[in-house]
Amino acid sequence: MLEKDGVPTQDDLASIAPSEERLAKGPVAIIECFQPIPCDPCYDWCKRGAIEKFRDPTDLPQIDYERCNGCSLCVIGCPGLAIFIVDQAYSEKRARVVLPYEFLPLPEEGEVVEALNRKGEKVGRAEVLKVQQTKQKTTLISLLVPQKLAMEVRFFRRGENG
Amino acid sequence: MREVEIAIVGGGPAGLSAAGIALQTGATALLIDDGQHLGGQLVKQTHKFFGSKEQYASTRGIEIARILEKGLEGHPHLEVWLNSSAVGYYPDGVLTVLKDERLVKVKPARLIIATGAAEKMLAFANNDLPGVYGAGAVQTLMNLYGVLPGRRALMVGAGNIGLIVSYQLLQAGVEVEAVVEAMPKVGGYWVHAAKLRRTGVPILTSYTVLAAEGREWVEGAIICPVDERFRPIKGKEQRIEVDLICLAVGLSPLSELLWQAGCKMKYISQLGGFAPLRDGNMETTVKGVYVAGDSAGVEEASTAMVEGRIAGLAAATSLGYRIADAQRLKEGLWAELEMLRRGPVGQKVREGVKTALINQDSDS
Repeated sequence: MLEKDGVPTQDDLASIAPSEERLAKGPVAIIECFQPIPCDPCYDWCKRGAIEKFRDPTDLPQIDYERCNGCSLCVIGCPGLAIFIVDQAYSEKRARVVLPYEFLPLPEEGEVVEALNRKGEKVGRAEVLKVQQTKQKTTLISLLVPQKLAMEVRFFRRGENG
Repeated sequence: MREVEIAIVGGGPAGLSAAGIALQTGATALLIDDGQHLGGQLVKQTHKFFGSKEQYASTRGIEIARILEKGLEGHPHLEVWLNSSAVGYYPDGVLTVLKDERLVKVKPARLIIATGAAEKMLAFANNDLPGVYGAGAVQTLMNLYGVLPGRRALMVGAGNIGLIVSYQLLQAGVEVEAVVEAMPKVGGYWVHAAKLRRTGVPILTSYTVLAAEGREWVEGAIICPVDERFRPIKGKEQRIEVDLICLAVGLSPLSELLWQAGCKMKYISQLGGFAPLRDGNMETTVKGVYVAGDSAGVEEASTAMVEGRIAGLAAATSLGYRIADAQRLKEGLWAELEMLRRGPVGQKVREGVKTALINQDSDS
């Protein structure tokens, strides 16, 4: 439970998950923002109008999954590092997860790392597909993870071959 | 004796914002800060700010400091005194400043107090051992001076500062063994808790620190769960090996100058301690003395910037300086404050500010 230990519940996650069909179609933003705090820059970052204009900045973001193409601009802008891109159409076996990363040194493309869930527990291995540095200094890391872990993996740890 | 139009004590987000708008109206200002640089706590804030565009959302605190400072740079009506402590304010309106090892007298027509806040301490055994730090000191060491404060840390407090500084410790390569929080809930933003938790740092609510261990410096900490009345549960003590205990257990307004000025003060727990009563211009009960930012009540840097603008605008217009649409501007700033304090997270501050505000009808 977020307010107890920083981990969202299954209900929290279900409330923001796109449909299975949408996930299967390709990249889409998953906004793991569950607390009404005064914050609305994701609206300004989205260039496709997929994130609805906030009536009140303390509203939770509302996203139109049909308009979102998973471009990941909102991942760079989100002050809470709470947005991820999930692409389940990457290949039959593997999904692509893009996460915001603010640590150094950066991983290498092609490196195998430990895939961590929202509790920081190792749930499998991931391959670093792409490391994209940005002007905002939030680096976008694209990980390739087993399909069944696409909605689980939200961080990674570097180590000996993951 | 130096006579100035507006003296601003504190070059953090509130003071810089106050100076910015005062200069815009044509007023002259003297900005006094006891640090080596302007920006106050902003320069240690490496995370992206929340809020909306108007409050630099998505921009890191350190960048905001640069933006605010750049806006003032070289302004002919601005004088900046760094390494200078405003140490006294006297009934005849004289401000004494310790500058270059001399006491300098300043007589400002208007005074804006934007001194920020001080960290609270926590009582536990051996809390005077080297290795027990306030979160502000940890940030100063790491983010300003590039010095690691330890290798393995215990963070005490899961408010925004505790969560953010824990993340900064990780970024600096320090292991964070745990965050303990006596309250049953995380006090900071859940997104800060989540981004810390997914790196593997446990966040232990209803937990406290009982003792620091070690002979000459911190070598461990005893942590323990607490019951609903915050009493440690006997037999549940655990020792963890750490060489750094970082305290992030809250802030209180730095109010010495406000007391000296004779401002009417009130203990408002929601604002972190004694806070000055003030009106819609952020003017205290002492005419010509304004307040902004954490010294008015502990909040966020984003609200400090808006309060600074309100105080700076009011101080300058009270001296006869004019700016287009001043009234509309002021209303807009109050609307921004109202927005930033909205929602369940802002409830405490809303209650506190309501208690501190006076003469709301007569000032506008």
